[in-house]
Amino acid sequence: MSLLRYRPDFFDSLKEVKVPFEEGVLEDLHAGQLVSLTGSLYTGRDQTHRRLCELIESGRDLPVDFHDQLLYYVGPSPAKPGQVIGAAGPTTSYRMDAYTPQLLDLGLKATLGKGQRSEQVREAMLKAGAVYLASIGGAGALLSKCITQCDLVAFEDAGPEALFRLEVESFPAVVINDIHGRDYYQIVRDKRKSA
Amino acid sequence: MREIDAVNITTAVKKLAIEAATDLEPDILDALVAARDRETSELAKNILELLINNADIASREKIPVCQDTGVGVVFVDIGQEVHVTGNLYDAIQEGVRAGYQEGYLRKSVCDPLLRVNTATNTPAIIHFDIVSGDDIKISFLPKGCGSENMSKLTMLPPSAGTAGVIGFVADTVFAAGSNPCPPVIVGVGIGGTFEKAAFLAKRALLRPLGIASARDDVAELEKRLLSVINEKGQGVHGFGGNNTALAVHIETYPTHIASLPVAVNIQCHAHRHKESTL
Repeated sequence: MSLLRYRPDFFDSLKEVKVPFEEGVLEDLHAGQLVSLTGSLYTGRDQTHRRLCELIESGRDLPVDFHDQLLYYVGPSPAKPGQVIGAAGPTTSYRMDAYTPQLLDLGLKATLGKGQRSEQVREAMLKAGAVYLASIGGAGALLSKCITQCDLVAFEDAGPEALFRLEVESFPAVVINDIHGRDYYQIVRDKRKSA
Repeated sequence: MREIDAVNITTAVKKLAIEAATDLEPDILDALVAARDRETSELAKNILELLINNADIASREKIPVCQDTGVGVVFVDIGQEVHVTGNLYDAIQEGVRAGYQEGYLRKSVCDPLLRVNTATNTPAIIHFDIVSGDDIKISFLPKGCGSENMSKLTMLPPSAGTAGVIGFVADTVFAAGSNPCPPVIVGVGIGGTFEKAAFLAKRALLRPLGIASARDDVAELEKRLLSVINEKGQGVHGFGGNNTALAVHIETYPTHIASLPVAVNIQCHAHRHKESTL
Protein backbone atom coordinates (compact mmCIF):
# COMPACT_ATOMS: atom_id res chain seq x y z
CA MET A 1 0.00 0.00 0.00
CA SER A 2 1.83 3.03 -1.26
CA LEU A 3 0.10 5.45 1.11
CA LEU A 4 1.65 3.77 4.12
CA ARG A 5 4.97 5.07 2.90
CA TYR A 6 3.75 8.54 3.77
CA ARG A 7 2.15 8.19 7.17
CA PRO A 8 2.47 4.66 8.55
CA ASP A 9 1.69 5.89 12.08
CA PHE A 10 -1.46 7.65 10.93
CA PHE A 11 -2.80 4.89 8.73
CA ASP A 12 -2.09 2.21 11.33
CA SER A 13 -4.23 4.12 13.83
CA LEU A 14 -7.38 3.92 11.70
CA LYS A 15 -10.09 1.38 12.46
CA GLU A 16 -10.28 -1.05 9.56
CA VAL A 17 -13.78 -1.45 8.21
CA LYS A 18 -14.98 -3.65 5.34
CA VAL A 19 -17.46 -2.26 2.81
CA PRO A 20 -20.24 -3.18 2.23
CA PHE A 21 -20.62 -3.29 6.01
CA GLU A 22 -20.77 -6.52 7.89
CA GLU A 23 -23.51 -7.20 10.44
CA GLY A 24 -23.21 -5.07 13.58
CA VAL A 25 -20.30 -2.89 12.41
CA LEU A 26 -22.28 0.34 12.16
CA GLU A 27 -23.29 0.14 15.83
CA ASP A 28 -19.63 0.43 16.79
CA LEU A 29 -18.78 3.45 14.67
CA HIS A 30 -18.84 6.76 16.51
CA ALA A 31 -18.68 10.38 15.38
CA GLY A 32 -15.08 11.57 15.14
CA GLN A 33 -13.63 8.09 14.63
CA LEU A 34 -11.05 7.57 11.90
CA VAL A 35 -11.70 4.59 9.67
CA SER A 36 -9.94 2.87 6.81
CA LEU A 37 -12.33 1.37 4.25
CA THR A 38 -11.58 -1.74 2.22
CA GLY A 39 -13.95 -3.42 -0.23
CA SER A 40 -16.36 -2.19 -2.87
CA LEU A 41 -18.55 0.87 -3.13
CA TYR A 42 -20.53 2.86 -5.68
CA THR A 43 -19.99 6.45 -6.78
CA GLY A 44 -22.41 9.19 -7.70
CA ARG A 45 -22.75 12.94 -7.68
CA ASP A 46 -25.26 15.53 -8.90
CA GLN A 47 -26.44 14.10 -12.23
CA THR A 48 -26.29 10.47 -11.02
CA HIS A 49 -28.56 11.36 -8.14
CA ARG A 50 -30.98 13.28 -10.34
CA ARG A 51 -31.24 10.34 -12.71
CA LEU A 52 -31.55 7.71 -9.97
CA CYS A 53 -34.39 9.64 -8.37
CA GLU A 54 -36.14 10.04 -11.72
CA LEU A 55 -35.99 6.25 -12.11
CA ILE A 56 -37.35 5.76 -8.59
CA GLU A 57 -40.17 8.24 -9.15
CA SER A 58 -41.22 6.59 -12.40
CA GLY A 59 -41.15 3.13 -10.80
CA ARG A 60 -38.35 1.79 -13.00
CA ASP A 61 -35.44 -0.46 -11.98
CA LEU A 62 -32.17 1.08 -10.80
CA PRO A 63 -28.86 0.03 -12.37
CA VAL A 64 -27.61 -1.20 -8.96
CA ASP A 65 -29.04 -2.52 -5.70
CA PHE A 66 -28.11 -0.01 -3.00
CA HIS A 67 -29.11 -2.26 -0.13
CA ASP A 68 -26.37 -2.17 2.58
CA GLN A 69 -24.04 -0.27 0.21
CA LEU A 70 -21.81 2.78 0.57
CA LEU A 71 -22.21 5.62 -1.92
CA TYR A 72 -19.18 7.84 -2.47
CA TYR A 73 -19.73 11.37 -3.79
CA VAL A 74 -16.97 11.73 -6.37
CA GLY A 75 -16.50 12.76 -9.97
CA PRO A 76 -13.00 11.48 -10.79
CA SER A 77 -10.66 13.07 -13.29
CA PRO A 78 -9.91 10.82 -16.30
CA ALA A 79 -7.42 7.99 -15.86
CA LYS A 80 -4.24 8.24 -17.89
CA PRO A 81 -3.15 5.10 -19.74
CA GLY A 82 -1.96 2.62 -17.11
CA GLN A 83 -3.86 4.27 -14.25
CA VAL A 84 -6.91 2.77 -12.52
CA ILE A 85 -8.48 6.19 -12.04
CA GLY A 86 -7.46 9.85 -12.02
CA ALA A 87 -7.71 12.10 -8.97
CA ALA A 88 -10.67 10.91 -6.91
CA GLY A 89 -11.34 12.86 -3.73
CA PRO A 90 -14.77 13.64 -2.24
CA THR A 91 -17.10 16.36 -3.52
CA THR A 92 -19.30 18.51 -1.25
CA SER A 93 -22.20 16.44 0.05
CA TYR A 94 -24.98 18.99 0.64
CA ARG A 95 -25.75 19.05 -3.08
CA MET A 96 -26.97 15.45 -2.74
CA ASP A 97 -29.18 16.25 0.28
CA ALA A 98 -32.30 16.65 -1.84
CA TYR A 99 -31.94 13.08 -3.10
CA THR A 100 -30.39 11.19 -0.17
CA PRO A 101 -33.58 10.26 1.78
CA GLN A 102 -34.96 8.42 -1.28
CA LEU A 103 -31.79 6.32 -1.54
CA LEU A 104 -31.78 5.61 2.19
CA ASP A 105 -35.32 4.25 1.75
CA LEU A 106 -33.79 1.68 -0.64
CA GLY A 107 -31.46 0.39 2.08
CA LEU A 108 -28.35 2.51 1.44
CA LYS A 109 -26.30 2.34 4.64
CA ALA A 110 -23.58 4.94 4.21
CA THR A 111 -22.59 7.99 2.24
CA LEU A 112 -19.09 9.39 1.88
CA GLY A 113 -18.25 12.97 0.88
CA LYS A 114 -17.26 16.17 2.64
CA GLY A 115 -19.11 18.92 4.46
CA GLN A 116 -22.21 18.99 6.58
CA ARG A 117 -25.60 17.40 5.77
CA SER A 118 -29.03 19.00 6.12
CA GLU A 119 -31.22 18.37 9.14
CA GLN A 120 -33.61 16.43 6.93
CA VAL A 121 -30.83 14.07 5.81
CA ARG A 122 -29.55 13.66 9.36
CA GLU A 123 -33.04 12.65 10.48
CA ALA A 124 -33.45 10.28 7.53
CA MET A 125 -30.08 8.67 8.35
CA LEU A 126 -31.06 8.18 11.97
CA LYS A 127 -34.31 6.54 10.90
CA ALA A 128 -32.51 4.31 8.38
CA GLY A 129 -29.62 3.43 10.71
CA ALA A 130 -27.14 4.87 8.22
CA VAL A 131 -23.85 6.70 8.69
CA TYR A 132 -22.21 9.63 6.91
CA LEU A 133 -18.45 9.75 6.50
CA ALA A 134 -16.13 12.49 5.25
CA SER A 135 -12.88 11.87 3.47
CA ILE A 136 -10.12 14.37 2.69
CA GLY A 137 -11.33 17.07 0.31
CA GLY A 138 -8.66 18.28 -2.09
CA ALA A 139 -6.51 15.16 -1.70
CA GLY A 140 -7.59 13.54 -4.95
CA ALA A 141 -4.12 12.42 -6.03
CA LEU A 142 -3.40 10.72 -2.71
CA LEU A 143 -6.83 9.09 -2.47
CA SER A 144 -6.50 7.68 -6.00
CA LYS A 145 -3.78 5.44 -4.55
CA CYS A 146 -6.42 3.74 -2.39
CA ILE A 147 -8.53 2.73 -5.41
CA THR A 148 -7.55 -0.57 -6.99
CA GLN A 149 -10.33 -0.95 -9.55
CA CYS A 150 -12.87 1.28 -11.29
CA ASP A 151 -15.73 -0.10 -13.41
CA LEU A 152 -18.34 1.93 -15.21
CA VAL A 153 -21.84 0.82 -14.16
CA ALA A 154 -24.30 3.35 -15.61
CA PHE A 155 -24.88 6.83 -17.06
CA GLU A 156 -21.73 6.83 -19.21
CA ASP A 157 -22.96 9.91 -21.09
CA ALA A 158 -22.73 11.93 -17.86
CA GLY A 159 -18.92 11.80 -18.18
CA PRO A 160 -17.28 12.40 -14.78
CA GLU A 161 -20.72 12.17 -13.21
CA ALA A 162 -21.27 8.55 -14.28
CA LEU A 163 -21.98 5.82 -11.74
CA PHE A 164 -18.85 3.72 -11.09
CA ARG A 165 -18.14 0.74 -8.90
CA LEU A 166 -14.82 1.09 -7.09
CA GLU A 167 -12.64 -1.38 -5.24
CA VAL A 168 -10.88 0.45 -2.43
CA GLU A 169 -8.09 -0.49 -0.07
CA SER A 170 -7.37 1.38 3.17
CA PHE A 171 -9.37 4.40 2.05
CA PRO A 172 -9.25 6.95 4.92
CA ALA A 173 -12.39 8.65 6.25
CA VAL A 174 -13.80 10.27 9.37
CA VAL A 175 -17.18 9.29 10.81
CA ILE A 176 -19.29 12.48 10.85
CA ASN A 177 -22.80 11.19 11.60
CA ASP A 178 -23.11 7.92 13.49
CA ILE A 179 -26.26 5.83 13.89
CA HIS A 180 -26.67 7.14 17.45
CA GLY A 181 -27.45 10.66 16.20
CA ARG A 182 -24.09 12.28 16.90
CA ASP A 183 -22.60 14.79 14.44
CA TYR A 184 -18.84 15.33 14.57
CA TYR A 185 -18.93 18.79 12.94
CA GLN A 186 -21.47 19.84 15.60
CA ILE A 187 -19.31 18.37 18.36
CA VAL A 188 -16.34 20.46 17.11
CA ARG A 189 -18.50 23.61 16.92
CA ASP A 190 -19.86 23.04 20.44
CA LYS A 191 -16.34 22.57 21.80
CA ARG A 192 -15.25 25.87 20.25
CA LYS A 193 -18.20 27.68 21.78
CA SER A 194 -17.45 26.36 25.26
CA ALA A 195 -13.67 26.94 24.94
CA MET B 1 4.18 47.65 -32.13
CA ARG B 2 5.13 44.13 -31.01
CA GLU B 3 3.40 41.26 -32.80
CA ILE B 4 2.39 38.02 -31.04
CA ASP B 5 0.86 35.18 -33.01
CA ALA B 6 -2.35 33.81 -31.48
CA VAL B 7 -0.89 30.29 -31.81
CA ASN B 8 1.65 31.20 -29.12
CA ILE B 9 -1.18 32.25 -26.83
CA THR B 10 -2.86 28.86 -27.30
CA THR B 11 0.39 27.04 -26.52
CA ALA B 12 0.95 29.11 -23.37
CA VAL B 13 -2.59 28.66 -22.05
CA LYS B 14 -2.52 24.92 -22.68
CA LYS B 15 0.73 24.60 -20.72
CA LEU B 16 -0.63 26.70 -17.86
CA ALA B 17 -3.81 24.60 -17.65
CA ILE B 18 -1.91 21.29 -17.52
CA GLU B 19 0.73 22.45 -15.05
CA ALA B 20 -1.68 24.30 -12.76
CA ALA B 21 -3.68 21.11 -12.16
CA THR B 22 -0.77 19.04 -10.89
CA ASP B 23 1.87 21.43 -9.56
CA LEU B 24 1.07 23.71 -6.66
CA GLU B 25 3.08 26.93 -6.56
CA PRO B 26 5.62 27.50 -3.74
CA ASP B 27 3.41 30.13 -2.06
CA ILE B 28 0.61 27.66 -1.29
CA LEU B 29 3.01 24.81 -0.44
CA ASP B 30 4.84 27.02 2.05
CA ALA B 31 1.52 28.14 3.55
CA LEU B 32 0.41 24.52 4.06
CA VAL B 33 3.70 23.63 5.76
CA ALA B 34 3.46 26.70 8.02
CA ALA B 35 -0.15 25.80 8.88
CA ARG B 36 0.85 22.23 9.75
CA ASP B 37 3.63 23.49 12.02
CA ARG B 38 1.36 25.81 14.02
CA GLU B 39 -1.71 23.52 14.03
CA THR B 40 -3.18 22.80 17.47
CA SER B 41 -5.60 19.98 16.59
CA GLU B 42 -4.00 16.55 16.21
CA LEU B 43 -6.48 15.41 13.53
CA ALA B 44 -6.14 18.68 11.60
CA LYS B 45 -2.34 18.36 11.76
CA ASN B 46 -2.57 14.87 10.28
CA ILE B 47 -4.86 16.10 7.52
CA LEU B 48 -2.48 18.98 6.68
CA GLU B 49 0.38 16.50 6.50
CA LEU B 50 -1.66 14.37 4.09
CA LEU B 51 -2.41 17.44 1.98
CA ILE B 52 1.32 18.09 1.71
CA ASN B 53 1.82 14.43 0.74
CA ASN B 54 -0.99 14.83 -1.80
CA ALA B 55 0.77 17.78 -3.44
CA ASP B 56 3.95 15.73 -3.59
CA ILE B 57 2.24 12.74 -5.26
CA ALA B 58 0.41 15.07 -7.68
CA SER B 59 3.57 16.81 -8.78
CA ARG B 60 5.73 13.70 -9.11
CA GLU B 61 3.16 11.53 -10.86
CA LYS B 62 1.31 14.33 -12.68
CA ILE B 63 -2.05 13.41 -11.16
CA PRO B 64 -4.34 16.41 -10.54
CA VAL B 65 -4.06 17.73 -6.97
CA CYS B 66 -7.87 17.61 -6.85
CA GLN B 67 -10.29 15.85 -9.20
CA ASP B 68 -12.19 19.13 -9.53
CA THR B 69 -9.81 20.70 -12.02
CA GLY B 70 -12.18 23.61 -12.10
CA VAL B 71 -13.58 26.08 -14.50
CA GLY B 72 -10.71 27.98 -16.11
CA VAL B 73 -10.53 31.59 -14.97
CA VAL B 74 -8.04 33.45 -17.14
CA PHE B 75 -6.75 36.93 -16.42
CA VAL B 76 -5.09 38.49 -19.45
CA ASP B 77 -3.19 41.74 -18.96
CA ILE B 78 -2.43 43.04 -22.43
CA GLY B 79 0.25 45.65 -22.95
CA GLN B 80 -1.09 48.43 -25.15
CA GLU B 81 1.99 48.17 -27.38
CA VAL B 82 1.16 44.58 -28.41
CA HIS B 83 -0.80 43.38 -31.40
CA VAL B 84 -2.09 39.81 -31.55
CA THR B 85 -2.23 38.24 -35.00
CA GLY B 86 -5.35 36.10 -35.07
CA ASN B 87 -8.26 35.84 -32.68
CA LEU B 88 -7.09 36.26 -29.08
CA TYR B 89 -10.33 35.10 -27.47
CA ASP B 90 -10.51 31.93 -29.57
CA ALA B 91 -6.80 31.26 -29.00
CA ILE B 92 -7.30 31.26 -25.22
CA GLN B 93 -10.35 28.99 -25.40
CA GLU B 94 -8.46 26.59 -27.67
CA GLY B 95 -5.59 26.50 -25.15
CA VAL B 96 -8.02 25.58 -22.38
CA ARG B 97 -9.71 22.92 -24.50
CA ALA B 98 -6.40 21.34 -25.52
CA GLY B 99 -4.97 21.54 -22.01
CA TYR B 100 -7.93 19.78 -20.40
CA GLN B 101 -7.99 17.12 -23.13
CA GLU B 102 -4.28 16.36 -23.29
CA GLY B 103 -3.70 16.74 -19.54
CA TYR B 104 -6.42 14.21 -18.61
CA LEU B 105 -8.17 16.91 -16.61
CA ARG B 106 -11.81 16.72 -15.62
CA LYS B 107 -14.21 18.63 -17.84
CA SER B 108 -16.69 20.24 -15.51
CA VAL B 109 -18.31 23.01 -17.57
CA CYS B 110 -21.99 22.61 -18.43
CA ASP B 111 -25.06 24.57 -19.48
CA PRO B 112 -26.44 26.26 -16.34
CA LEU B 113 -30.05 25.22 -16.95
CA LEU B 114 -29.87 22.07 -19.05
CA ARG B 115 -26.83 20.78 -17.09
CA VAL B 116 -25.39 19.26 -20.29
CA ASN B 117 -21.59 19.09 -20.15
CA THR B 118 -19.84 20.95 -22.99
CA ALA B 119 -17.25 18.11 -22.86
CA THR B 120 -14.34 20.49 -23.49
CA ASN B 121 -14.23 22.48 -20.22
CA THR B 122 -14.83 25.55 -22.36
CA PRO B 123 -15.84 28.27 -22.39
CA ALA B 124 -13.36 29.53 -19.81
CA ILE B 125 -14.04 32.79 -17.97
CA ILE B 126 -11.70 35.42 -19.42
CA HIS B 127 -10.94 38.81 -17.89
CA PHE B 128 -9.04 41.18 -20.21
CA ASP B 129 -7.25 44.25 -18.95
CA ILE B 130 -5.23 46.78 -20.94
CA VAL B 131 -1.97 47.76 -19.25
CA SER B 132 1.13 49.68 -20.33
CA GLY B 133 4.07 47.95 -22.04
CA ASP B 134 4.44 45.37 -24.80
CA ASP B 135 3.93 42.12 -22.88
CA ILE B 136 0.94 39.89 -22.41
CA LYS B 137 0.64 38.41 -18.93
CA ILE B 138 -1.66 35.42 -18.60
CA SER B 139 -2.74 34.15 -15.17
CA PHE B 140 -4.59 30.85 -15.07
CA LEU B 141 -6.73 30.05 -12.02
CA PRO B 142 -8.61 26.76 -12.34
CA LYS B 143 -11.41 27.40 -9.86
CA GLY B 144 -13.00 24.47 -8.09
CA CYS B 145 -16.64 25.04 -7.25
CA GLY B 146 -16.81 23.42 -3.81
CA SER B 147 -15.27 26.67 -2.64
CA GLU B 148 -16.75 28.93 -5.35
CA ASN B 149 -20.26 27.89 -4.23
CA MET B 150 -19.59 29.27 -0.74
CA SER B 151 -18.83 32.78 -2.04
CA LYS B 152 -21.14 35.73 -1.39
CA LEU B 153 -21.71 39.37 -2.22
CA THR B 154 -23.60 42.05 -0.33
CA MET B 155 -24.32 45.75 -0.79
CA LEU B 156 -23.85 47.21 2.69
CA PRO B 157 -25.02 50.68 3.68
CA PRO B 158 -21.97 52.94 4.23
CA SER B 159 -23.01 53.22 7.90
CA ALA B 160 -22.05 49.55 8.35
CA GLY B 161 -18.41 50.61 8.01
CA THR B 162 -15.41 48.41 8.70
CA ALA B 163 -17.29 46.51 11.41
CA GLY B 164 -19.95 45.60 8.85
CA VAL B 165 -17.28 44.37 6.44
CA ILE B 166 -15.64 42.21 9.11
CA GLY B 167 -19.00 40.77 10.13
CA PHE B 168 -20.01 39.87 6.58
CA VAL B 169 -16.67 38.29 5.63
CA ALA B 170 -16.39 36.28 8.85
CA ASP B 171 -20.03 35.12 8.69
CA THR B 172 -19.52 33.99 5.08
CA VAL B 173 -16.51 31.88 6.07
CA PHE B 174 -18.26 30.46 9.17
CA ALA B 175 -21.44 29.61 7.24
CA ALA B 176 -19.34 27.73 4.68
CA GLY B 177 -18.06 25.47 7.47
CA SER B 178 -16.25 22.43 6.13
CA ASN B 179 -17.82 22.65 2.63
CA PRO B 180 -15.12 24.65 0.79
CA CYS B 181 -12.18 22.46 1.96
CA PRO B 182 -10.59 24.68 4.61
CA PRO B 183 -7.94 25.92 5.22
CA VAL B 184 -9.25 28.43 2.70
CA ILE B 185 -7.91 31.57 1.12
CA VAL B 186 -10.40 34.41 1.42
CA GLY B 187 -10.51 36.86 -1.48
CA VAL B 188 -12.37 40.04 -0.57
CA GLY B 189 -13.42 42.86 -2.89
CA ILE B 190 -14.54 46.08 -1.22
CA GLY B 191 -15.98 49.01 -3.16
CA GLY B 192 -16.62 49.74 -6.81
CA THR B 193 -19.97 48.46 -8.00
CA PHE B 194 -21.78 45.11 -7.78
CA GLU B 195 -19.67 43.42 -10.50
CA LYS B 196 -16.45 45.28 -9.66
CA ALA B 197 -16.49 44.00 -6.08
CA ALA B 198 -16.90 40.41 -7.30
CA PHE B 199 -14.07 40.84 -9.78
CA LEU B 200 -11.77 42.31 -7.11
CA ALA B 201 -12.53 39.39 -4.78
CA LYS B 202 -11.49 36.93 -7.48
CA ARG B 203 -8.44 38.94 -8.48
CA ALA B 204 -7.36 39.11 -4.82
CA LEU B 205 -6.81 35.35 -4.96
CA LEU B 206 -3.99 35.88 -7.45
CA ARG B 207 -1.88 37.86 -5.01
CA PRO B 208 0.89 35.56 -3.76
CA LEU B 209 0.28 34.24 -0.24
CA GLY B 210 2.38 36.00 2.36
CA ILE B 211 2.15 39.39 0.69
CA ALA B 212 -0.05 41.90 2.44
CA SER B 213 -2.02 44.72 0.83
CA ALA B 214 0.13 47.70 -0.16
CA ARG B 215 -2.25 49.93 1.78
CA ASP B 216 -1.43 49.92 5.51
CA ASP B 217 -5.03 50.19 6.75
CA VAL B 218 -6.13 47.39 4.38
CA ALA B 219 -3.18 45.20 5.45
CA GLU B 220 -4.28 45.76 9.06
CA LEU B 221 -7.84 44.75 8.16
CA GLU B 222 -6.54 41.58 6.44
CA LYS B 223 -4.63 40.65 9.58
CA ARG B 224 -7.59 41.34 11.84
CA LEU B 225 -9.98 39.29 9.70
CA LEU B 226 -7.56 36.37 9.52
CA SER B 227 -7.31 36.31 13.28
CA VAL B 228 -11.12 36.50 13.77
CA ILE B 229 -11.63 33.66 11.26
CA ASN B 230 -8.95 31.42 12.77
CA GLU B 231 -10.10 32.05 16.33
CA LYS B 232 -13.73 31.11 15.75
CA GLY B 233 -13.70 29.05 12.56
CA GLN B 234 -14.17 25.31 12.37
CA GLY B 235 -10.61 24.61 11.32
CA VAL B 236 -9.12 22.28 8.71
CA HIS B 237 -12.01 20.35 7.11
CA GLY B 238 -14.22 21.31 10.06
CA PHE B 239 -12.10 19.22 12.45
CA GLY B 240 -11.12 22.04 14.80
CA GLY B 241 -7.79 23.76 15.40
CA ASN B 242 -6.48 27.16 14.39
CA ASN B 243 -6.27 26.98 10.59
CA THR B 244 -9.63 27.78 9.03
CA ALA B 245 -7.96 30.25 6.64
CA LEU B 246 -4.41 30.54 5.33
CA ALA B 247 -4.82 34.14 4.24
CA VAL B 248 -7.25 36.99 3.72
CA HIS B 249 -6.55 39.15 0.66
CA ILE B 250 -8.48 42.38 0.28
CA GLU B 251 -8.62 44.54 -2.83
CA THR B 252 -10.41 47.89 -2.74
CA TYR B 253 -11.72 50.39 -5.29
CA PRO B 254 -13.47 53.73 -4.84
CA THR B 255 -17.24 53.42 -4.70
CA HIS B 256 -20.40 55.58 -4.80
CA ILE B 257 -21.16 57.78 -1.78
CA ALA B 258 -24.30 55.70 -1.19
CA SER B 259 -22.64 52.31 -1.47
CA LEU B 260 -20.37 49.77 0.26
CA PRO B 261 -20.24 46.62 -1.88
CA VAL B 262 -18.43 43.65 -0.30
CA ALA B 263 -17.70 40.42 -2.15
CA VAL B 264 -16.15 37.31 -0.64
CA ASN B 265 -14.64 34.74 -3.00
CA ILE B 266 -13.56 31.61 -1.17
CA GLN B 267 -10.71 29.49 -2.46
CA CYS B 268 -9.90 25.99 -1.23
CA HIS B 269 -6.49 24.87 0.05
CA ALA B 270 -5.87 23.29 -3.37
CA HIS B 271 -5.10 26.82 -4.55
CA ARG B 272 -3.93 26.23 -8.10
CA HIS B 273 -2.62 29.13 -10.13
CA LYS B 274 0.03 29.62 -12.80
CA GLU B 275 1.29 32.70 -14.60
CA SER B 276 3.13 33.23 -17.84
CA THR B 277 4.35 36.36 -19.62
CA LEU B 278 4.72 36.46 -23.38
